Order: sequence, then C-alpha cells, then structure tokens
Amino acid sequence: MSAALRFERAAVRLGGRVVWSGVDLEVEQGEFVAVLGPNGAGKSTLLKALLGLVPLSQGSVSVFGHPVGRGNADVGYLPQRRRFDPDLRIRAVDLVRLGLDGARWGLSLPSAAKQRRVAEIIELVGATPYQDRAIGELSGGEQQRVLLAQALVSGARMLMLDEPLESLDLNNQQAISELIRGICKSQGVTVLLVAHDVNPILPFIDRVVYVAGGHVLCGLPDEVIRTDTLTRLYGAPVEVLRASDGRLVVVGQYEPVSHHAEDH
Amino acid sequence: MFGGLLQFHFMQNAYLAGTLVALLAGAAGYFVVLRGQTFAAHMLSQVGFPGAAAAVLAHVSPVLGLIAFCVAAALGIGWIGRDLEPGHRAESAAVGSILAFSLGLGLLFFRLYTGSAQAMYAFLFGSILGIADRDVLLTLAVAVAALVVLAWAGRPLVFASVDPNVAEARGVPVRLLSVGFLVVLALSVAITVQIVGTLLIFALLVAPGAAALQLTARPLVGLVLSVALALVVTWLGLALAYFTDFPVGFFITTLAFGAYLAVRGLKAVNAWA
Repeated sequence: MSAALRFERAAVRLGGRVVWSGVDLEVEQGEFVAVLGPNGAGKSTLLKALLGLVPLSQGSVSVFGHPVGRGNADVGYLPQRRRFDPDLRIRAVDLVRLGLDGARWGLSLPSAAKQRRVAEIIELVGATPYQDRAIGELSGGEQQRVLLAQALVSGARMLMLDEPLESLDLNNQQAISELIRGICKSQGVTVLLVAHDVNPILPFIDRVVYVAGGHVLCGLPDEVIRTDTLTRLYGAPVEVLRASDGRLVVVGQYEPVSHHAEDH
Repeated sequence: MFGGLLQFHFMQNAYLAGTLVALLAGAAGYFVVLRGQTFAAHMLSQVGFPGAAAAVLAHVSPVLGLIAFCVAAALGIGWIGRDLEPGHRAESAAVGSILAFSLGLGLLFFRLYTGSAQAMYAFLFGSILGIADRDVLLTLAVAVAALVVLAWAGRPLVFASVDPNVAEARGVPVRLLSVGFLVVLALSVAITVQIVGTLLIFALLVAPGAAALQLTARPLVGLVLSVALALVVTWLGLALAYFTDFPVGFFITTLAFGAYLAVRGLKAVNAWA
C-alpha cells in the first residue's frame, strides 16, 4: 500500500527561524495518527505544510503521491479555533454544504444529489438532530461534529484536525475520539489529529508523531512516549511517568519560547 | 391618493433610483452584517461626502465623485489590511486617520462651494428632489454590475465570511474576495448616499441585513429578506416624504429601525414563550 503522506528531509522556516528540519515521515493509508508536542513546537505548521499553506524551505512533501496544494478535495481540514461566534447566523447544514461546493463561483441550481450527500455525512457524525440550528448556538462538541462532517463531505480520504478536542469536556473528548476512530476504520480515512494531551486519545490511535526541539519523531505510542526517546528528541532531560490509572505524564519539558528567544 | 405619487418626474427618478439602491444595499447589507464589517461601511460612507462635494465643485455628477472616493478608500483599506493579521489595531487606526482627513476635505469643499446649502444638505441626509436623469442611468449601471458580481461570488464569499481558514485551504482566494467585497460595498454606498445621505446610510446598508439575520440562519432566505426589507422601507419612506413634506431620511431610518426593533422583539417574545 502506498503512503498517504510522505515528508523527505523536510524543513520549514517561518519569520527567519527554523521551525523543524530533517523531517522524514511516512503515514500509511487508513492510519489514525496523533501529532503531539509542546506549544509552539510546530504541530500546526506540520499540517499547514501538508495543506500547501506553508512552503517548505528544504526537502519535499507529498499527499497520496502528489505534490501538496490548496483546494485538494482529498484532504479535509479542521483548523485550530476556539469556537464560532455565538452570533454567527448560519445553519449547521449550510456550513457542511459549503464544504461540498463553497469554493465554486457562479449560481448553483438546487441539487438533490448534493442534498443527499450532505444529509448522509451529517447522519454519519450524528449531527442530524441539530442540523437546522445556527452554528453559533451549538455546544463545542456539537460544533466539532458539524466541522468533521464539513471536512468529510467532499469525499476526503485524509483528515487533518488541529486540536479538535481543545475546549471540550472529558466525555466529549472521548465521544469525538471514538467517532473519529470509527470513521477512520470504516471509511479507510487517514487521520492526523493534533493534540496537546495524549491521554484522552491514547486508546484510539495507531501511532504518534512527536514534534519537539525542532525535530519530528514517529512511532507506536509505547516506543515514542518514553523517557529516553523524548530526552533525545528534546535534547534536554525529560521524564515520562505512568500514573496508576495508565495516564502518561511528560515532565521537565523545557519552554520552547525561551529557547527561541535565545536563538535570536 | 397614491395615484398622484408618480405624477412628477423627480418622484419617478426617486423611485427608480430608490429601487435600484434598495436592491443593492439590501444584498450588500446582508454580507456586511454576516462579515461584521459595519465599521468599514461607516467609514466608506463618511468618505463619500467630500467625494460628492468635489464632484459638485467640478460640475460633474455627484455619483461619480462618490464612486471615485469610495472605491479609492475601499482599495486603501484592502491594501492596508493585506499584510496585517486579524486583530486590526493598525488597520482601524489607519481607517480612523483616513476618515478624519476625508471629513476635513469635505469641510474645505463645502466652504469653497458657493451654491445653495441644499445640495450639501442632501449629501448628508438624503433627498427625494435631487436625483437627475444622468444619476438614474449611472445608478442603474452600478447596481446591475455590483449585483452580478455579488451573485457570481456569493457562495465563496459566504464561505470566506463564516469560515476563512477552511475556505482558504479549499482554494478560495480569501484576501482577494475581501478587497473585492469592499469595492462592491463602496459602490453600494456611492449610490445609496443619493437617497439617505452619508449620515443615515446604515438605515439601508445595515438595518435590513441585521433584521434578516435575526429572522433566519438560511443564507439564501436571509439575503432575499434583507433585499425585501430594504425595498419596502425605501418605497414607503419615499411615499411618506412626498405626502408629508418631512425629510425622506427620517422616514427611511425610522422604518428600518422599526423593522429591526420588531424583529428583535418578536425573537425575545418567542424565546420567552
């Protein structure tokens, strides 16, 4: 099976500083991969490089064997955000529909096929009961389901989700992770999910990509989230502790902000 | 009684221009409210005043002066906003500076103008008397062009307005659309000033869109409602001004505000019941 995405000796510079470099990374089709790492390490930049929103300064990147670019219908993207403005007056179903043909110019005729597709995908994420309500009125968990439908509706084979679990309570984090796992396995969709905490998603993911210290590491959760591995990646002492309930805690992460300040 | 409404040529012109204005202002106004750009609309309308005054001094149609100044200001905001991240501190400071300067220019032109104060008064508060035949034709051309652009770019514009990051990843030229919409807004302002003046322009450019968005979250229904409200308010306002001899700007603003208030009240009652 060919790789869903591949970085080769890739590097990104933003505003004169190297975010990460020497990245060799391959993700197989249908894998559920968590992208982890401290704040500011370049997790979102990794997704943006895959979307063609941020250019590489070195190396190459491909998605499904093709060079990356904007407007790729194979890729559904869910950017990092807090919430929709509570006063935003557009229905959930309209937002999903924009994922299907929102980028097209000109007038559109009513299309039963498009309506069916939208209804089908809204059903898949379980958002049917509130599809006619304004997006701003929905709860955080409901909004994430609608956004997942929007990302999937054009037939995307890869989902890039930037912190979709942020600002959700623990129950919703579990429910959304489970939903994403289900979509990943039933539809064969490759999923990259950026998270700052691995614990809520640990039972659902196949592999982790860890971004820290200007480098990127990929592997099984047990291989990567270990004291020796992360210490090497960070280039500084880091300790991984396992709590009695199985939760992983990474302690001793140095502050990337002060590190970059020293770079200048 | 209403048979007499259109017996004079100036009222025929007022109704022709008013209808075109309401069509465009209602449509553009829906997007203004959806995008949260009422400040930009305010700024563009203020810039219109010296534009109209300059045109009168130069003995050309005031609509031409309005178009020139408003479109230049729209491109100016677009250009300033181009390199800036959202947050808009620098942008709103720049917009504020342009605004103050343009009002100063307006004052100068007003002082240089030796004709009757009635013409200047019309630019500030609107009038049913001052719409010449050439202005009706110009209004027709501007309204048709701007409405065609809005219809053609409508879907990507809604996408870019409610979800700019995803729209950009999907290949929508978000920045270009943002500048393009400001130009359409400038054109809407330029022709709307004729009916309600620069100071009262929100009555047609914001109130109908705001009321429509309160009533519905369906994009197409909201757009149609906004246009319908703008049309009703304009037609009624012109008739009331004709029959009572009070200023048209007062009636249109009052009707528009009344419609908005009624919609909010209706929603409050519904939420409470």
